[in-house]
Amino acid sequence: MRDLFYDLVRRNGMAVSIYLMLAVSIWVFVLIILPQLTMLDYSFRFNLPPAKIGGPEDVYTLDQYRYFFQGSGASDGINTLDIGILFKTLLAAVFVTIFDLIICYPVAFVLAKSSSGAKARLLVLALIVPYWINEILRAFAFRILFGATGVINETGMGLGLWDTPIDFIRQDVALYAGLAYAYILLMIFPLYNAIESLDRNQIEAARDMGANWWQVHAKVVIPYAKPGIASGMTMVFMLTSGALAAPQILGGPSNLWFTQLVYQWFNSGGNWPRGSAYAMVLLIVCIALVLLVMRLFKVSIGEIKQ
Amino acid sequence: MTKEVSLEHVWVEFGEFTAVHKANLNIAGGEFFSFLGPSGCGKTTLLRCISGFQEPTRGKVKIGGLDMRGVGPNKRPTALIFQNLALFPLRSIADNIAFPLEVRGVGKKARRKRADELLELIALPGQGDKKVSELSGGQKQRVAIARALAVEPDILLLDEPLSALDLKLRQHMRTELRAIQKQVGLTFIYITHDQGEALTMSDRIAVMNKGKIEQIGDGKAIYDHPTTSFVASFVGENNVLDGTVLSNDGKVMQIDAGLGTPFTVENHPAGGPALAPGDACHLFVRPEALRLSKQDSAINQFETNFVTEEFEGNMRHIVLNTNGKDIKLSLINDGTNAIDGTAPVKLNFAPELGIALKPGELASA
Repeated sequence: MRDLFYDLVRRNGMAVSIYLMLAVSIWVFVLIILPQLTMLDYSFRFNLPPAKIGGPEDVYTLDQYRYFFQGSGASDGINTLDIGILFKTLLAAVFVTIFDLIICYPVAFVLAKSSSGAKARLLVLALIVPYWINEILRAFAFRILFGATGVINETGMGLGLWDTPIDFIRQDVALYAGLAYAYILLMIFPLYNAIESLDRNQIEAARDMGANWWQVHAKVVIPYAKPGIASGMTMVFMLTSGALAAPQILGGPSNLWFTQLVYQWFNSGGNWPRGSAYAMVLLIVCIALVLLVMRLFKVSIGEIKQ
Repeated sequence: MTKEVSLEHVWVEFGEFTAVHKANLNIAGGEFFSFLGPSGCGKTTLLRCISGFQEPTRGKVKIGGLDMRGVGPNKRPTALIFQNLALFPLRSIADNIAFPLEVRGVGKKARRKRADELLELIALPGQGDKKVSELSGGQKQRVAIARALAVEPDILLLDEPLSALDLKLRQHMRTELRAIQKQVGLTFIYITHDQGEALTMSDRIAVMNKGKIEQIGDGKAIYDHPTTSFVASFVGENNVLDGTVLSNDGKVMQIDAGLGTPFTVENHPAGGPALAPGDACHLFVRPEALRLSKQDSAINQFETNFVTEEFEGNMRHIVLNTNGKDIKLSLINDGTNAIDGTAPVKLNFAPELGIALKPGELASA
C-alpha cells in the first residue's frame, strides 16, 4: 500500500495522488463495502419495529437465512418455491449469457479484425446509440414489440406465419430477449478488446498452415480471447441475474426473477433483514458460480484485467 | 516435392493504386528466389498473391502448372514465414510446430513425433515443451521454419524473416537458411529490402520498384550489370554522375560528365539498353571501383577534394567532392593509401567498371 502510494506520487505528483487515493477509497469503502457490510449486518437480524431496535430483542440470528432454505413451515420443510426461483433465475441468466456470447463474438470479431478505423468507429457508435435511451424505456419498447398487437405479432400474422397472436410475454421470450439486449455491450467490448490486440498475422499464419475458419477461431482466436470472454460473461451473468427492470416489465405474470423476491421483501414485505439475506444469498451463489466456471475453464482472475 | 511458381502478367490494384504492375516471371523448382526492393514496392503484395491471401486483379499465379485462382491459402502447397514469425504464444514449441498437423487431424502421438524430428532438424532437440517466450530471437526463427516445414510444403515463402534480429544473428541466419534450403531442397521465395541478404542467399533476385520488376538475374548480374538506374542506385552503393554520350562504337562509349576529359566506358552485353551519341545518361561508378591514381596519365581520371572519412574497421569510406558533387570512395584498410586531406585527390576507374544507363529514377538514400 505504501509502495503503491509512493509509486503514484513519483508518477503523478502529490496533489493528483492524494486525489486518486481519496476518490478510490471513497468509492470502494463508502459506496461499495459499507452498504454491503450494513446489508450483511441486517441479514443477521430480526425484523423488529423501530421502537425495539437496539433493545434486548435486537440480537443476531440466522432466522432470515433459515427462512430462505426452510420457509415458514415446519423446521424440516424446504422452501422449494424460493430456492426454485433462485435456480430458475441462475439458469436463465446462464442461458442469456451464452446467448449473448454467441451473438456478440462474430460482431466483436468483425469489428476488431475486418473493419478499418472510420468504419469501426461508426459501427461502435451504432452499437452505443440505443443505450442513450433509459433502460426502463427500452424494456417497455420490447413489451410493445412483443405484445399481442405488437410489431412482431402483426408482421407474423400479416405474413401468414401464424394465425393467433403468440403470447411472447407469458412464454418469457420477451424477457430473455430484453435481458440479452440489456447487457449486450458489456459482452461486445471485452471481446472486442481481447480480439483487437490479437496479431493479425496469427490468424493468417493459421490459415496458411491449413486451418479452416472454424479451426482458426477454435484454436487461435478463442484461446487468445479467453480472458475477454470470461470478463464479458462474468459481467453479463452478474448483471442479468441481478436485473430488476427487465423482469418487472417483461416477465410473465407467473414467473418471478429472484431480484423481484428481494425487491418484494424490501418494499411491499417491509422486511429489510429478510431482503438483505436474500440479496446476500444471490450475491454469494453468483460469485461461487462464476469462480467455479472460471476454475473449470482455467481462467485466473488476474487474466481478466482488461 | 518441389514445384515451380509462375506469375503470368500479374496485376494487383487497390482502387486507383497499382501495387503490382504486370509481374511476369518463372521461379524454378528448388530455386532460392528473392524479391528485393524498398518498402512499398509491391514485393509483399506479390508474396501474398503466391500464398493466397491476395487475389491478383488480373493475370495468373500458377504453382506446379496449376492456376491458383480461387484456391485459399489453407489449400495451397505454400508455407509462409511471417516477418514477426507469428508463433502462437499460448502454445508450447512442439504444439506450435505441430499446428499444421493438428488442423489436418493428425493424432497426438504422430504430431509429437514429427515435432521432435523437426526440432532435431533445427538443432533444438528436446525443447518441445518450452514456451515461445523462453526462446531467443534466433531460436524462435528456427521454430517458425520448423512449423512451416511440418507438412512438407512445396514452396516456402519468407517475408523479411530476419529483419527483427540483430546484425550478428542475421548474418548467421543467412548461412543457416541457405543450408536448410539446400538440405530440404524446397523452392524458397524470399522477400527483403536488405540487398546483403538477397545477394548472399539467392540463386536469382528480382529487384522491384513501385510495383514493377526492374531486373531479374543472379546476384552478380544485378550488382555488376544493372540494367536500370534504379537497380544501379538501390543495390549497393553507387556514385552517379549526369553525363552526355559523345560517341558509341558498340564496344566503348565516350561520355562527357563535365569533369574534364570525357570518360571511356565499355558496353556490356548484359547491361541496359544501348545509348546513342547525344543521349543524356547516368554514369555509375561504384565506390570500390574507384582507385587513387598513382600517376597522372591514367584513363578516366578526375580530380577531387577531400571532405570527410567514415572509418568502418575493415573499410574506409571516404567522401570527396568534385564540381559540387559528392563522390564516395571505399578503400580496404590495408594501412596504405593515406589521404592527408589537404592536397587534391586524383581518382580513376577502369572502363569496364563504369556503367552508363538511360537516366531514370534513382533510389532515395
